[in-house]
Formats: sequence, C-alpha cells, structure tokens
Amino acid sequence: MQKAIYRTVFQNRKLVLCILFLALLLAPLFLSDFRLNLLGKFLTFAIVAIGLDLLWGYTGVLSLGHGIFFGLGAYCMAMYLTLEARGGRLPDFMAWSGMQELPLIWIPFQYPIVAIILGILIPAAVAFLLGYLTFRNRINGVYFTILSQAMVLVVTTLLIGQQNLTGGTSGLTNFKTFFGFSVNSSSTQTVIYLVTVVMLALVFIGCRKMVKGRLGKVLIGVRDGENRMRFLGYNPSIYKTFVYTISAALAGLAGMLFVLQVGIISPTMIGIIPSIEMVLWVALGGRATLIGPVIGALFVNAASTGFSESYPDIWTYFLGALFVIVVIFLPKGLMGVINKFQERSKQINVTNVNKDPNSVKVGKNISGI
Amino acid sequence: MNEILLTLFNGISLGSILLLVALGLAITFGLMNVINMAHGELIMIGAYVTYVVQNIFVNYVPEQYFDIYFIVAIPVALVVAAGVGMLLESSLIRFLYHRPLDSLLATWGVGLMLQQLARTIFGAPNVGVSSPSFLDGGLTIGSLLLPYSRLFILGLAVVCLAGIYIYFYRTANGRRVRAVMQNRQMAECLGVSTRKVDVITFAIGSGFAGVAGCALTLLGSIGPTVGTAYIIDAFMVVVVGGVGALFGAVAGAFGIGFFNTVFEYATNASIGKVLIFLLIIAFLQWRPSGFVSSRTRSLD
Amino acid sequence: MEFSGFKAINQLDFQVRPNTVHFVIGPNGAGKTTLLDVVCGKSQASEGELTFRETYNLKKMTENQIVHRGISRKFQAPSIFEQLTVYENLEIAMKQKKSLFSIMKAKNNQVDEQKLAEMLELIGLNEEKDNHAGSLAHGQKQWLEIGMVIMQDPDLVLLDEPIAGMSKTERTRTGELIKQIAKDRAVLIVEHDMEFVKEFADVVSVMHEGQLLAEGSMEEVQQNPRVREVYLGRKVD
Repeated sequence: MQKAIYRTVFQNRKLVLCILFLALLLAPLFLSDFRLNLLGKFLTFAIVAIGLDLLWGYTGVLSLGHGIFFGLGAYCMAMYLTLEARGGRLPDFMAWSGMQELPLIWIPFQYPIVAIILGILIPAAVAFLLGYLTFRNRINGVYFTILSQAMVLVVTTLLIGQQNLTGGTSGLTNFKTFFGFSVNSSSTQTVIYLVTVVMLALVFIGCRKMVKGRLGKVLIGVRDGENRMRFLGYNPSIYKTFVYTISAALAGLAGMLFVLQVGIISPTMIGIIPSIEMVLWVALGGRATLIGPVIGALFVNAASTGFSESYPDIWTYFLGALFVIVVIFLPKGLMGVINKFQERSKQINVTNVNKDPNSVKVGKNISGI
Repeated sequence: MNEILLTLFNGISLGSILLLVALGLAITFGLMNVINMAHGELIMIGAYVTYVVQNIFVNYVPEQYFDIYFIVAIPVALVVAAGVGMLLESSLIRFLYHRPLDSLLATWGVGLMLQQLARTIFGAPNVGVSSPSFLDGGLTIGSLLLPYSRLFILGLAVVCLAGIYIYFYRTANGRRVRAVMQNRQMAECLGVSTRKVDVITFAIGSGFAGVAGCALTLLGSIGPTVGTAYIIDAFMVVVVGGVGALFGAVAGAFGIGFFNTVFEYATNASIGKVLIFLLIIAFLQWRPSGFVSSRTRSLD
Repeated sequence: MEFSGFKAINQLDFQVRPNTVHFVIGPNGAGKTTLLDVVCGKSQASEGELTFRETYNLKKMTENQIVHRGISRKFQAPSIFEQLTVYENLEIAMKQKKSLFSIMKAKNNQVDEQKLAEMLELIGLNEEKDNHAGSLAHGQKQWLEIGMVIMQDPDLVLLDEPIAGMSKTERTRTGELIKQIAKDRAVLIVEHDMEFVKEFADVVSVMHEGQLLAEGSMEEVQQNPRVREVYLGRKVD
C-alpha cells in the first residue's frame, strides 16, 4: 500500500499537482489569517521564481535584477492604494516636501485598472528595453548579469533619492481600501489569497505549455548553444528579449499581489539582496523544472520566517551557506534529488517484480540475469 | 573656472578610487573570468585589518609613532586579503571555473557569511579609523584645496597599477599567468603548474582588494557593507574597460569616475546614477565587449 | 578577410556549382575554414563580393538570414544540443518559419512528420530518436548534425571536416550520406583526409595562403606541379 502511494506520488505528477492546487485553494478553511497571509506572500514569490526560471533555467540568462520588476509592479499597485487611502488629498511625504498638486507620473494611478495594467506593462517595458539593447549586441552573458545588478542599484537609489515622488526609504504603506473593499479585512484578504493561488496556477500552466512546446526546445537551444542556433536560422536575441520581458511581467504581477497582502513596499524589499535571493529559490528548487522554483520559493521563505525572527544572525550564515551548498552539492536542486529518487523507485519496482513468485514462474532465470 | 577644476579633480579622485577597487577585479574577473562576488568583502577585510592595526598601535606603540600604522596596515591588508582569497580559491572557486554564473552565486554566499562574520566580531555599527596626521589637510592651489588623502589614494592607485603591470607583463611569473589564461592546455604541456598559477593569481587579485579596503578607511567610517557600496561600480569598470586588459580598466575607471562626478554636479546623486547607467548601456551599443577587446575564432 | 592585420583569405575567386560534392583542401592556415566562415556569416569579408544564386549579397546579412537564403553549415566539432532528444534536435533544425511567433504555435503536420522520419532513416538514428543527443557516440553525433543541416533543406551545404575522429566504416557511411545529400544540392567540404577526398570528390579546390592554387578533378589537381610543391615542400620537375 505504502509502495503504491509512493509510486503514484512519483509517477503521476499531474495528479500530485492537482491535489496541491486543491489544497492551496482550501487552505483558508484551516489556516489562521496570519498564516494564510504568509502563505499568500510566499506564493507571490513563487510566481517570480517561475518567471526567473523560465529565463535562467530554460534560456540560460541570469538576472540579478528581478527584485526591481517585482518592485515596479508593487509600486504601481501601492501608488493606487496610497491615493485611494488618502481620498483625494496628497500623500504625506508629498505634502511635507511642499508639493501643491499630484505630480504627473502619479495621475494614472488614481484608477485601479490602469494601475494594474501599468503594474505589468512597466516592468515588461523596462525589461524589453534593457534586454533588447544588451542581447542584440551579443553582449557576454556575464556582462548582462552584472548590468542587471547595476540596474537594481540605480533604481533603488532613484527610489530613495526622489523622496517627494516615491516616499523614499520608508516606501509606501498605510493602505485602506482596494476597489472599495477594506484591504485589512479577513474576507478581502482571503479573496486576494485565492486570486494569488489561481494566478500561480495559470502562470504555471502557461509556462509549462510554453516549455513543453517547440518554443521550449528552441529556448534550451539558445541556452546551450546560442551561436549554433544562429546557424540553424534563429535569432537568439529575440528569444532572449522575449523571455526576459515575460519574466519581468510575471514579477510585476507578483509584486502587485504582494503589496495587496503585505501592505507595504519599500526600496530595501526589492534591493540587491532580495533580488539575488530570488535566484536562490530557483537554484535550490531546481533549474529548468518549473515546479522546482515554486518549492524553492516556499521552502526558503518558510525557513526564513521561522528562523530569521528568532535567530537573524544564524539565518544570515545559513543563507550564505545555502548558496554555496546548492551550487556545489545540488546543482540540479531539490528536484534533482526527487528525480533521482524517482528513478531509484522505478528500479525498486523492477526488482520487486523479479522477486515476485508469480513472475518467477513465468520466466525462470530472471533473477539470475 | 575653479568649479570646473574642482569637478575635474573630484572626477579623477573618484576614478582613482574606482581603479583601486577594480584592479583586483581586473585580475580575477578580467584575467581569470571568475566573478567573485565576495570581492567586496575582501575589501571590507582590508578595511577592518586597517582598523585592527590602528588599535594595536594605539594600545602598544608609543604615541609619536602612531602615524606609521597606516604604512604598516597596507602590506598587512594585502597579505590577509590575499590569504583569504587563496583559501576561497582552493576551497570553492577551483571547482567552478567552467560555471561562471554558479561561481557568482557561491561567492555571493561566501560574501554574505563574511559580512555576518564581521558583524559578529566588530559589531554592526560602523567603526572609525583616524587617518594618519600626515594625510590631514590638503594641497592648496590657488583657491583650490586638494585633500592629501585623496591625492594619496591617487598615488596608491598609480603605484598598484604599475606593480601589477610589471608583474604580469615584465616578469617570468607574469608571463606564465598570461600563458595559462590564454591557453590552459598548452601552458600545461609546457610544464606550467596551472593550479599554482590559478591560486597565486587569485590571491594577488584578492590582495589588491585588501589594499583598496585600506585606502577606503581614509574616506570615512567603515562597516560590514563597506565593500558592497563600491563593488557594483567596480564591476562596471571592468565591463566598460573590456575583459583582460589593464588599460581598459584604467580607461573604464576614470571614464566612469569623471562622468559620475559631472552628472552628479549637474543634477543630483540619484539622477546621476541613472545617467551613468544609461551612458554605460549606450557605450556598450558602440563597443559591446568594452574598450579593449580581442577577436577569437572559437564558436562558444 | 583579415584577422588583426593578418590576411587569411586574399583575393579568392571561388565558385560552387549545384549538385556537386566540392572539396576544399590545403595545408594548415590556407584559409579553408575562414572561407566557410565568410560564406556563412560568422566572419565579415573586408572587401569583395559574396553573392549567392546571383541575387543575394551575403556580405550584409546576419548568420540567421543567410541560413534562410539556403546556406547551412556544419561545424568541425559536433555542436548538437545534448539536452534535447535526437528527434527534437532535428525538429528545431527543420526548415520552418523561425520567428518567435511562428515557433510559439508550431506544430508538426504530416509532411513534417514524414520528413523527420525520413531523415532519421537516412542518418541511421531511428532507434535513438527519443534518446538525448548527449548519449550518442561521436560518429552518430556527426551524422545527427549533418541531418540537422539537411533538415534546413539548403541549396548549399558547408561541412567542416565531417569525418574527423571517425572509424573506417563510419567514414564510408558518411561518404555515402554526403553523396545522397549532393543529389539535390551543392556540398562544399573542407577535408584533410586525401583518401576520402579521392573517393567522393566531384571537384577539388586547393587553397594555399589564402589563395586558390588549383581547381579540377582529383587527378588533375594531383598532377598540378604547384600543388605538389605546396604539399611536398619542394619543387617537382
């Protein structure tokens, strides 16, 4: 019986995923508001991780700047929430810096629909521009990675420096309503949580479809032999730019869902360290597996919440060590370990069949082979 | 007129700081193609070594000799940082030579741990290092005051640059290093111990990070994240300069230093950062592989 | 074509006719690979004309544009995608619209399926079709790459030392494969193995120091005194 469960778990992943999805949908029934909120937050990270994996795991482009795309989405939503909470008055930090009326760039964010659209479009546009300008010149992949990190520094400096526009270091917070519903009420939070779960599922399915089709093969080709792809008639820069843009848009989407659940966004939450931590989720879970990054994001964040509050020092050491351990000992991540087990379980099944008395009757010397 | 001269001087000064920080990187990243994200922490180690040496002088050495501490600290910082670098290379990086992005992540983890270690030992708040009295004040030219500490850093950068140039281009050891970096198998066949060359080269690159850290104590108080503040700019210097060329690093450092100062003077610190980033992107449209680049026949 | 001031190919006048197996031979550094590089767009010619089918000026095109005009190249070291299966390798190589949007909705129709099956048959990898290309033997990898080149249905095929590192029987099979391929198109091959050249060549060009030394059938070329001088290092009277 146990073995049978073991086999279904390992060999019927679709079923497992469906069960997990249902469990996430039903989570509001048996989790406290606080825990549900945490889980919802982690799931938004999982969305980022999937997008990042599409870029790194499948296309071979490492971005250390996804925190910024996440942040751009989050800020778009937060700007709308701030304006709605202030009900027509200027946010405090603007008033303090002597502004009389709403600055131009804030005006579109009065409308929630516009804010949501921009929350996806702005990160996508920034990624498209940076991606287009670097990939088209065949700039070395490592250079791109460094540039992506420099972008984090630039954007966070800008967010902090332009305090009268962005709220500076303290970021944006004190939200009240979203489409008129109180963001702090338990029922609104549950709905937002459910939206997050559905979004994660849609993103997962969409990306899966992408990588299972021919596009996925072409992306792997770009990852493993960019120049070879050119001689097969492909233009790798277009593919890279496309995936970069998509993954930035996903990060923006995640950022919006994040702000709705966490209620604050500030430059430190999207800076260099959070950005590179996102990469760790993917690496730990397993590159080029899609489900791996989800597991990685949930695992690291659950561990971080449990640990870092009581032992922040030890947590930092652990986080640092995790980077080293994953790279050296788990290059394929947790999914690599699971896959190994799966193969082994298949082998166990084979040997079991051989030991089965019935099979001995059929083929006498099987065990002797 | 004076303002222009001052901006120019500040640009050169910033350039020399960047150069000093980037010299180590030009070796480990430019020559060896290792992205060592812990380079910033090696700088931090150099800075804390200076702090420790200063404290030793305060406690055990007669006061009139206090100023010498800085002169002592420079070689000590170099040796300590080189030692840590050597350890890092032989325990971690050597397994990752063919996986540049992975070595980036692993060294980032090491950097994180080193930062935390510094926090545990020296505490989270910044500590001050009092600069030696001979570097107080400055040189007055007309109505311009050029701080001695800035001039000292400029000089130090030039000396380090010259040292690296002589080592890599004018000695047998340096020739061996360049041979290994250009054609590893061939060098091995010719009897060069590539392992030894890797370790030593990495240690030298790390050592210069220590020297840079030492110099940074002249500019302000130091803390566990003192290196991170400079490290991204330093990477940009190498990217702009082109991998594998000292001249490129010099051009990159002074280019970025100069434009950074000009932009910040013309706008403000945060907008200046945006402009310099855009400038670098624009520059890479023109020279995708930096100032100095070489052509190869390999299809990678 | 210059490499840092060094002229790898100098004033080369070179023509390839359809439906021929055309070999390029020559001592090391003669510029053979550079010739292929220039044709397929890997390197840029510093001066001169590079036309294909008398209409396309290849000099101004990128590698992928050149492929779509009907020129495909196989590199010296097998550069297949080891993480993909044999079938998938052929699939992404297949002649099709290779823009992002066509690839996103690409599905094989019956004609495609048939073409892929025929190719698997031709290169003898039918049994390996669902295995990762990384698990293939060296010779099989070379065939797979030749298969990938042919899947693009090019008019001109460039092969760079296709039989390097192959066993005797593998060489013969490769030779037959090349003959098959050349039925519908021109094949230009850089090769060092003279026996192989002798057996399968329709036309042989000899290059030396970036210039064309001789051209003709293998016998004609072998009789050419200048060729013998270059290869044997002395004047033959």
